[in-house]
Amino acid sequence: MNLKVLIKIFRKTRDYLTQGWMIAGLAIVILLPFAIGAGLYIKSHNILVQHSFWDLVGSTDWKPLSGKFGLYPFILSSLWITLIAILIALPIALLSAIHLTTYAKPWVLRWVHPLIDILAGLPSVIYGIWGVIAVVPFVQQIAEFMGYKVSGYSILAAGIVLAIMIIPFILNILIEIFRSIPIELTEVTLSLGATRWQTIKKVILRKALPGIISATGLGISRAFGETIAVLMVAGNVVKIPSGIFQPGYPLPALLINNYGEMLSIPLYDSALMLAAFMLMLIVLFFNVLGRYTIVRFEKRM
Amino acid sequence: MNRRRIEEIIFRTLMFLATMLMGGVLILILIAIFRNGLPSLTWEMLTQPPKGGYYFGREGGIANAILGSLYLSLGAVALALIIALPVALFLNIHMKNYERWVNIIRFLMDTLWGIPSIVYGAFAFMIMIALGMKASLLAGIVTVALFILPIMIRSMDEVIRGVPDGLLEAGLSLGANRTEVAFLIFIRQCSTGFVTAILLALGRAIGDAAAVIFTAGFSDRIPTSIHQPAATLPLAIFFQLNSPIEEVKNRAYASAVVLTFLVLIISILSRYLSKKLKNH
Repeated sequence: MNLKVLIKIFRKTRDYLTQGWMIAGLAIVILLPFAIGAGLYIKSHNILVQHSFWDLVGSTDWKPLSGKFGLYPFILSSLWITLIAILIALPIALLSAIHLTTYAKPWVLRWVHPLIDILAGLPSVIYGIWGVIAVVPFVQQIAEFMGYKVSGYSILAAGIVLAIMIIPFILNILIEIFRSIPIELTEVTLSLGATRWQTIKKVILRKALPGIISATGLGISRAFGETIAVLMVAGNVVKIPSGIFQPGYPLPALLINNYGEMLSIPLYDSALMLAAFMLMLIVLFFNVLGRYTIVRFEKRM
Repeated sequence: MNRRRIEEIIFRTLMFLATMLMGGVLILILIAIFRNGLPSLTWEMLTQPPKGGYYFGREGGIANAILGSLYLSLGAVALALIIALPVALFLNIHMKNYERWVNIIRFLMDTLWGIPSIVYGAFAFMIMIALGMKASLLAGIVTVALFILPIMIRSMDEVIRGVPDGLLEAGLSLGANRTEVAFLIFIRQCSTGFVTAILLALGRAIGDAAAVIFTAGFSDRIPTSIHQPAATLPLAIFFQLNSPIEEVKNRAYASAVVLTFLVLIISILSRYLSKKLKNH
């Protein structure tokens, strides 16, 4: 055998091995979400055999020691906090995105982009600690001003911290969306005598609506799964929050606070895994919705 | 002045304020962290692990958490890289003619990135119980690696997508097979972009707390093997902040300064590198 043949065999083998490695990697990534979903479902099956799903989701009774696993307070807390966060974050991100893409000079965007990236990259625990230092006392003062005596650890505080966390995320998507709208549309309406704001209100916002919906969906999915920051400021009291100054107990906090003792009580682990499974499904739902709308939007542009 | 004009001015002001808020919030957060944390930040805190009674305000530091975080995030990034790099190359070079499938995989990956880290943590914890494993650095590394995998693949994918088609065609026409084009030509071409992608993933890995709390555990000792549990900075901050003792709380703020500092360095470094990339 001469050298040429040897080299050829070597290259062929190397090609096969590397391709095998690549395909194996791809298989891992593609199978991962299904493995997680299946694993969590199998674990939560134990409790679903004994209690019906709607009983668990609709019950407010959380007493693991006597076998009562009502998830309603946690789900409701998560929904409230997410709702507050998105209500604060969306208008701010929307206004800022319009400003950056229409009114502001290009150098402003060049300066703001790094800021957005840094904000988006700050760890959740840093936002949490900022929440404890700044947001919780702030909320307490507002509550006091309005005549409530509370600690400040509340769903409002969690909502504010969460809003600040998801603004950079939503803003990044919105900027891309507003940029993809053809400039001719603006030029036409301006030449017809409309003011800039009228153009934005009547043309750009309408054109960008699917994009805005998608950014909202992605923001919701991001907010819903956020854990540490929310856990640090939400107060964590098992109770349906009766007002925005009341503490709440979101789903992720439930998981973090109880995983240690879940093995010693029957069905406890199954209930927590059901909570994790639901968390995943809700997040995926909003995520897929958001991504799908954005893909459709890009195709149309 | 007519109504149109007034409306315009009101909204312009609101938009300007919204944009200013972005910068303002970052500065507010940094000021809050540094003002509360810097006074308690000492050399001892950075270089020593906690000693007896540390969590009651006695001597020691958070060297265990700093090193634990570094080991964990570097390990996770290395492990994720072993999977992410070939997958990203495969999607763009071997699957070049299957655009439809590649787009579906991209969609899946974007969605996967949205799954919160706590779900990964809970899943990994469940597997660990089934296998009879205890919390360890290794379990933490694997979990965090899986968690950062989608974002790493997608950002590498975007880098490779930016390479002109001609490079692949030129490589193939010279007689190289696709694997050789991928590993000998594309890696060199995209190296700066890849480093940015790696740094992005590193930032995620070092700041994550939810997946780690289930899998890596917590320990006051600096881990000497991957089978030992390891402390991480976010968790060290979280636990110290829950203490009722003022001094320990201040140390939580000081630890937050360390974490913020690390993340800022990673962020600035990747920004610098991507600027250099643009100048090429």
